[in-house]
Amino acid sequence: MPTLPAAVELCQRLADLMRPHVTPATALVGIHTGGVWIAEWLHRELGLVQPLGSMNVSFYRDDYHQRGLQGGRKPSAIPFDVTDAHIIIVDDVLYTGRTIRAALNELFDYGRPAKVELAVLADRGGRELPIAATYCPHTLTLPAAQSLNLERTEDGSLEFTVVEK
Amino acid sequence: MTHDPQLNKHGELQHLLTIDGLPREIITSILDAAAPFTEVAEREVKKVPLLRGKSVFNLFFENSTRTRTTFEIAAKRLSADVINLNINTSSTTKGETLLDTVDNLAAMQADMFVVRHASSGAPHLIAQHLRNIGADHIRVVNAGDGRHAHPTQGLLDMYTIRHYKKDFANLTVAIVGDVLHSRVARSQIHALNILGVPEVRVVAPKTLLPNEVERMGVRVFNDMREGLRGVDVVMMLRLQNERMNGALLPSTQEYFKYYGLTPDKLDLAKPDAIVMHPGPMNRGVEIDSAVADGGQAVILPQVTFGIAVRMAVMSMLAGN
Repeated sequence: MPTLPAAVELCQRLADLMRPHVTPATALVGIHTGGVWIAEWLHRELGLVQPLGSMNVSFYRDDYHQRGLQGGRKPSAIPFDVTDAHIIIVDDVLYTGRTIRAALNELFDYGRPAKVELAVLADRGGRELPIAATYCPHTLTLPAAQSLNLERTEDGSLEFTVVEK
Repeated sequence: MTHDPQLNKHGELQHLLTIDGLPREIITSILDAAAPFTEVAEREVKKVPLLRGKSVFNLFFENSTRTRTTFEIAAKRLSADVINLNINTSSTTKGETLLDTVDNLAAMQADMFVVRHASSGAPHLIAQHLRNIGADHIRVVNAGDGRHAHPTQGLLDMYTIRHYKKDFANLTVAIVGDVLHSRVARSQIHALNILGVPEVRVVAPKTLLPNEVERMGVRVFNDMREGLRGVDVVMMLRLQNERMNGALLPSTQEYFKYYGLTPDKLDLAKPDAIVMHPGPMNRGVEIDSAVADGGQAVILPQVTFGIAVRMAVMSMLAGN
C-alpha cells in the first residue's frame, strides 16, 4: 500500500498552494461530507470573508439510482451570490471525476460564476472524465478495488484510511 | 406472509399504494430522503435532473386541484415531463375505462402514474394490471383512493411532525374530525403506529367514526376537550360535506361548537402543541380562523414539505 502523508499535513500544504491565488472575495464550496470538513478548515486558515458554501451533489450524480443519497441528509447551502464569483470547489479525494461533474452542474443552477477551480487533498488517479484539480498537494495510484476515505475522529482531526471495497 | 404488491423482490418500494404494512425503515428512508429536497425550492433554478426524460402522468379520476398541483410541481422540480389528465368517471363502465386508459398510456411509454380515484383500490388495480401486461416498470403513486388511503399526505404529515418534534417516541397525537370519510386519517393512523407513536387518539362524534376504529390502534374520544388534553400534535381533518350521505350531523354550526378547534380548546393541549390540517380548510366549521392563522399552526409548512416528500417518493420509485 502506498504511504500517505497525514491529512492534517496535506491540509496545510493545500492551504499553501491556494494562498497566493485567493482574494477576500474568493468563495469556497465544500462537497459533503469530507469536502465540507476541509473547506471549513481552509476557510479559517485562509481568512476568507465570503460565507462558506456546501453541496450535496447526490441529485446531480449520474449514478443516483444505484447509490442513493450519499452525503446523508445534508442539503446544499450556497449562502453567497454565485453569479460573477470566484469559486473554489473543495473535495477530499479526486477519483473518477463524476462527483465534480455533478458539482459543476449543480453550481451552475445557482448562477454563472466568473471562475471555478477545484481543490482536493489527494488525487488517486482513475479518471473517467476530463477533469483535473487546480490545487492538489498529493497524488497516488490506487487499484480500483480500494477506496480512499477521509474520516473525522472524535477530537475533530482528519484521517485517511484505505478500504478494500 | 402474502406478498406486498408495493415492494419488489428485494423489498424495495416499487409503487406507493398505502402506508398500511410498509416497513418502518422504508417510511424513515422516505422522510430522510425528503430533507435535502426542501432546499431545492430555495434555489434560483428550482430543479434537479433526477427524473429527466421521464414521463409522469397525473391521472385524476376525481378532482383535486391542490394535490394535483403539488404532484405536478414535485415532478417538474425533478425535471420530469408531466401530463395532466382529468378523467370523467361518469361512465358506467368504470372498470373497463380505467384499464383501457392505462393500456393507452402504457403504449405512450409512460414511466409513472399518479392516481387519484373515488374508488378505494383503484391504484392497486392499476399496479396489478401493469404487472399482468408486463409493464410493471411503470410506477404507481396513490394520490388518494376513496376512503382507503392517501399515503403521500400521511408521509408529509409525518415529515412535519418530525420536523417540529424531532422524534416520535414520546408523542401523544390527536386526529380530530371526520375520520369516517377520511383516507387521510387512515394513512396518518397507520404511519403513526408504524413509527412508534405511543398514543394515537381519534376525536370525533360517533357518527363520524368507522366501525371498530379501536382496532386500528387508536384511543377513541367523543369529547374533544378530553381528547385534546395534554397532546403534542393536533391533526385536524376536513369535514367532507361532499361525501355526506344522510344526516350524520345536525348542522355545521353545531359541529363547530363541539368539534371545531377554537383557541380555548387548543389551550388544553400542551403549550407547544402544533396544529396541522391537510387542506382545504373549512374555516368556522372544523377550525377557527384564530387557530388556523395562529402561532401554533403549521398548515402552510405542511404544503411546502409535501412537495419535498413527493419528490423523495417519486425519485425513490424511479430508482428502485
